[in-house]
Amino acid sequence: MSWMQAAPLALVLLVFFVAPLVFVFVVSFFDYDRLAIYPAFLLDNYADVFTSSITLQLYSKTFEYAVIVEAITVAVGFLVAYFLTFHVRTTAWRIGLLVACTIPFFTSNMIRMISWMPFLGREGILNDVVLAMRLSKTPLDFLLFSDFAVIVAYVHILTMMMAAPIVNSMSKIDKALISAARDAGASEFQIVRDIVLPLSRTGVALGSALVLTQTMGDYFIVHVLSGGKSAGVVSAIATQLSAFEYPPAAASSVVLLVVVVVLVGVIFRVVDVRKELAG
Amino acid sequence: MNAHAAIEAPVSTPPSQRYDLEMVAVSKVYQGAAAVNGVSLRIPKASYCCLLGPSGCGKSTTLRMIAGHEAATSGDILIGDRNVTDAPPADRGTSMMFQNYALFPHMSAVDNVAYSLKVRGVAKAERREKAREFLDLVRMGEFSERLPAQMSGGQQQRVALARALITRPKVLLLDEPLSALDPFLREHMRGELKRLQRDLGISFVHVTHSQDEAMALADLVVVMEAGHIRQAGAPREIFERPGTAFVARFIGGHNVLARDGRRIAVRADRCRLGSADDAVGFRGRVANVEYLGSTVRVTVAGENGVDAAALVSDETFFAAPVEIGGQATLVWAERDAHALSD
Repeated sequence: MSWMQAAPLALVLLVFFVAPLVFVFVVSFFDYDRLAIYPAFLLDNYADVFTSSITLQLYSKTFEYAVIVEAITVAVGFLVAYFLTFHVRTTAWRIGLLVACTIPFFTSNMIRMISWMPFLGREGILNDVVLAMRLSKTPLDFLLFSDFAVIVAYVHILTMMMAAPIVNSMSKIDKALISAARDAGASEFQIVRDIVLPLSRTGVALGSALVLTQTMGDYFIVHVLSGGKSAGVVSAIATQLSAFEYPPAAASSVVLLVVVVVLVGVIFRVVDVRKELAG
Repeated sequence: MNAHAAIEAPVSTPPSQRYDLEMVAVSKVYQGAAAVNGVSLRIPKASYCCLLGPSGCGKSTTLRMIAGHEAATSGDILIGDRNVTDAPPADRGTSMMFQNYALFPHMSAVDNVAYSLKVRGVAKAERREKAREFLDLVRMGEFSERLPAQMSGGQQQRVALARALITRPKVLLLDEPLSALDPFLREHMRGELKRLQRDLGISFVHVTHSQDEAMALADLVVVMEAGHIRQAGAPREIFERPGTAFVARFIGGHNVLARDGRRIAVRADRCRLGSADDAVGFRGRVANVEYLGSTVRVTVAGENGVDAAALVSDETFFAAPVEIGGQATLVWAERDAHALSD
């Protein structure tokens, strides 16, 4: 009766994940006007997505964020994971530091995002420090309501999502391999490049998939921290939803979903994560 | 004790070149507890040395200190004539073969072997050619492109051996190299290790908890217990004159008995089944009879829970067999009783 053990989760996923997805897919073909949506089978909504010049702009902005955030979180996440796994000697310290890493998650994402404003703003703490140290004569304007602020916020939220799977795959690396490499005369850099990095690539791939889906699917951070100056793909969908234009929003969503699934598929094609999940 | 014991090399050799490895009062202390306690040891040139002892006796820690993977708390380690106590692992003239081989799972056999050349910046074609030579040396030439997961345990071990040898070490360190193999392969590899050591003319330091392995391989057996060397010497010397009760029991084949308030060791194969009239002897009840083919082991349980065994030839045993539960007396010649120092 093993299916009974899977049944509760299957039911939840069916009702709250599969059904809405099917619903969105169906609605993406509907007709609409300012008052209501009408069942139909029209390709017009997709035609609009693919012909509109704004689509390309939105996607290129979203990709720009995704690529930069991906690069920074991989670098930082890898270093954090490497330090925790190979340099922290006692288990007690490792657990302690891992718990410390989760402390920011005790607060809601929104609050953590909004907290950047008094820090990065024109009259914010960082600008006060810059002015006090006479590093600049005028407050730095690029700090808040800018791409810079958006990326800072993404990195802040997502680095641990990158680090966690990397820690997981690094902790499976036999410590004797490191000793063997050192015995062969490898420097720490060579050990990281030749042994640790190749053996933790599945963790990097899983982390990348998480970070990618998060950045591609976000609109709140872009909206708040760019001060409405930047917009990603989801921002446009949100705008359409608030104008009650459900069918085009659904079509955009389906296109975005396909793009994200393809990208994640590419990541998992490059790195075989099944090995990792098999343990 | 015999901590400094070693087979002395000819006097004509300059003193600095007589030993491949010297340890002088080396200790390792973990949080106040000594895992290795003042170990001094000299390994003559081109010898096969086995560090033998039960788990937790400090033999693996000793090996890791020689390798430089563990820092000695005090004492000095010399390899060749150079003090390497504080040198990094790759700069000691040692090379280590790890217990579970520690092959890099994402690299082929040839790349595993070539790795130490790679980190020294040797060009790819050159280092792979060199690595193939060493794979040939351990008869793994035809498996050079296989990944570790595609090799059997014995094959992985050969690759690990080639990887350790390619750095041309003065001393090769082997951490329980045979323990992961099945018994048949173990004996086979044992022969290969000995052959390689002789052919290469370097010293091997081999950690093991198997006295058979140590006896079969070693020129110098070092018996360790609780962080100390209890006895060091040639296998025959150790087997014929064990210094302490621990050594006698650990190397096996001995009965440790009390006589006149002192402890003695008597080899089981020098005991025979006598009668109650014999003057020297050990009386008791037959607790077990094990038929081992060419010999039969008769275990006799005496007073105070002391057991002793006689290893008698099958011919002798079946000429006058004893039954489990019957009375028996073990007797031996006086010259076979060997006094122990504690």
